[in-house]
Amino acid sequence: MSVATVISDWSAPNQERARTLLEAYPERRSAAMPLLYLASLEHGHLTPAAMAQVAELTGLTSAQVQSVASFYTMYKRDHVGRYLISVCTSISCFLMGADDVLEAIEEETGTPDGTTSSDGTFSVEHVECIGACGGAPAVQVNYELVEGVAPERGATLCRWLRESSPEVVVTDEMQKYFGGVRSFDWGITETVGAIAPVPAFGPYGSTGEESA
Amino acid sequence: MTSFPMILTERMTAHPADSHLLDRYEATGGYETLRQALLSMKPEEIVEQVKAANIQGRGGAAFPAGIKWGFLAPIEPRYLVINGDESEPGTFKDRQLLERDPHQLIEGVVLTSFAIGANHAFIYIRGEYPKPARRVQQAVEAAYAKGYLGQNILGSGFDLDVMVHLGGGAYICGEETALLNSLEGLRGEPRLKPPFPAVEGLYAKPTIVNNVETISNIPWIVANGGDAYAAIGDVDSVGTRLFSLSGHVKKPGNVEVPMGLTWRELIYDIGGGIRDDNELKAWVPGGASAPWFVAEHLDTKVTKDDCAKAGSMLGSGAVIVMDETTNVVAAAHRIVKFFSHESCGQCTPCREGTTWLERILWRLLNRAGRPSDIDLLLDVCDGISPGLAWPPRMTTICPLGPSAVSPITSIMTHFREEVESMIPGLQEVASA
Repeated sequence: MSVATVISDWSAPNQERARTLLEAYPERRSAAMPLLYLASLEHGHLTPAAMAQVAELTGLTSAQVQSVASFYTMYKRDHVGRYLISVCTSISCFLMGADDVLEAIEEETGTPDGTTSSDGTFSVEHVECIGACGGAPAVQVNYELVEGVAPERGATLCRWLRESSPEVVVTDEMQKYFGGVRSFDWGITETVGAIAPVPAFGPYGSTGEESA
Repeated sequence: MTSFPMILTERMTAHPADSHLLDRYEATGGYETLRQALLSMKPEEIVEQVKAANIQGRGGAAFPAGIKWGFLAPIEPRYLVINGDESEPGTFKDRQLLERDPHQLIEGVVLTSFAIGANHAFIYIRGEYPKPARRVQQAVEAAYAKGYLGQNILGSGFDLDVMVHLGGGAYICGEETALLNSLEGLRGEPRLKPPFPAVEGLYAKPTIVNNVETISNIPWIVANGGDAYAAIGDVDSVGTRLFSLSGHVKKPGNVEVPMGLTWRELIYDIGGGIRDDNELKAWVPGGASAPWFVAEHLDTKVTKDDCAKAGSMLGSGAVIVMDETTNVVAAAHRIVKFFSHESCGQCTPCREGTTWLERILWRLLNRAGRPSDIDLLLDVCDGISPGLAWPPRMTTICPLGPSAVSPITSIMTHFREEVESMIPGLQEVASA
């Protein structure tokens, strides 16, 4: 069956991305993980139907694709809020007070760890090390990083997200207003970021540009 | 500290605004080594230089890269896979290399692919690193446009395609065979070895998997010669290395230093010492998997052999510092919880053992521990890592399980009284 037939319900650009990804690897099953990100973008999260589509495209069985989707924490099979707040609570962030950051964010958003707010604005989760230990404690919003986040600034960050409702979540912008100590000099300021709770990476269609 | 060349971080330090862009890379001599090598060197000559450099892999296992390349089976096609799944708690050095100098990595990728005869390379970056992945993708596209990647690179007849691939948030994919399974669209479960990836790797074809930092060193090694690299640093551990300092240190961050400093120099001189001038309690020398060091180890040298003799390892280069205010049971629990969460579930000692260790430490923390818990902890540890030996005797396919034992043997060795003080009835002494 042609790619277009299998994912006729996907947007035209994402159908094109899927086609490119399927041809890019020596074996098409390697496209499974990228396609799961594309599918998450299309449907907001990974639905059983979307996983079946990825199986059809890659030649894996539906069970194999489900086993992959359930193995990796970044594939969400339940509804995810517009802003996914991931608070690192691994050792370096823990030593620098991450548990207080998580608590402040849970309180501000009214969203306990591991849940989604009833209005669909926030999902809050604690996560294992996100490689920002020199800028601990660290938080990600739709996987875009903010380092050196004190509890009250974590809460302010969430309030800002709710009130300004940004279309694109930009790491440099959040760092400027809500961050502190960084792991290293970030160099230039960038305006690209995430348009959904999926890692913002061009080939996966999840990157947007902040309007000036 | 004697003077040494900044191999990895010179460009990003001198040109913070644009060290990631092709123009800056070329203006600072970038891709010249590649041009020269493709014109004048044979692949095996590059392998010889890397062997002479004696660079130990920078991902954690410290296996000499040149020797690894020498294991490749004489079968085609071959693949090069760059391990950018940096997930060992405390480690953020590859993130800086990916984000701030992606062309340095790409030049290393082309040189390495030419050396090992690969026409297809993958850069596997952890899913939580979208910004580094965007930078590398941008650099890959720029390199294609300028003819540093693709068909007939710089007129040499050598072809190479490079793809950036994002992970899905699983620590275990930093283990090279798990990473290969992940790249094949499967669960990230480590494979039994042998066969090693150099014989049967990606799609069961000969594959070299090297860390981001390791390959970022290759342009310098090829440009300056393996002997020049081997002359930097210490006797058994050579070159410079990026260390990630975090925790209760005054100046957290990544530092590039020659191998062979003492821990005192690294933590106090370079890291600025302990926050608020507190007392140092302990530090994790090589990422969460490494057994901890305490004050008596401050004058141990920062080399593979010296750390092994002292019962630990340099691992991924992550130095996590804990001051006197740290509750070591809470810290150990947090590390064990990580391994429990990240266990892939294939091997019983790891899957069950890490879960139990986490639960026992949790009840100790909540003052619900039982006097028998000390022995129980050590017994479960022994079940994962027989005899609590260092390096561990393996009961599992990969080292994740034994890694979860490290923080527990560490607190039992150095802070046993403090652990016991948390168990009601065992010692009527409140912990400090």
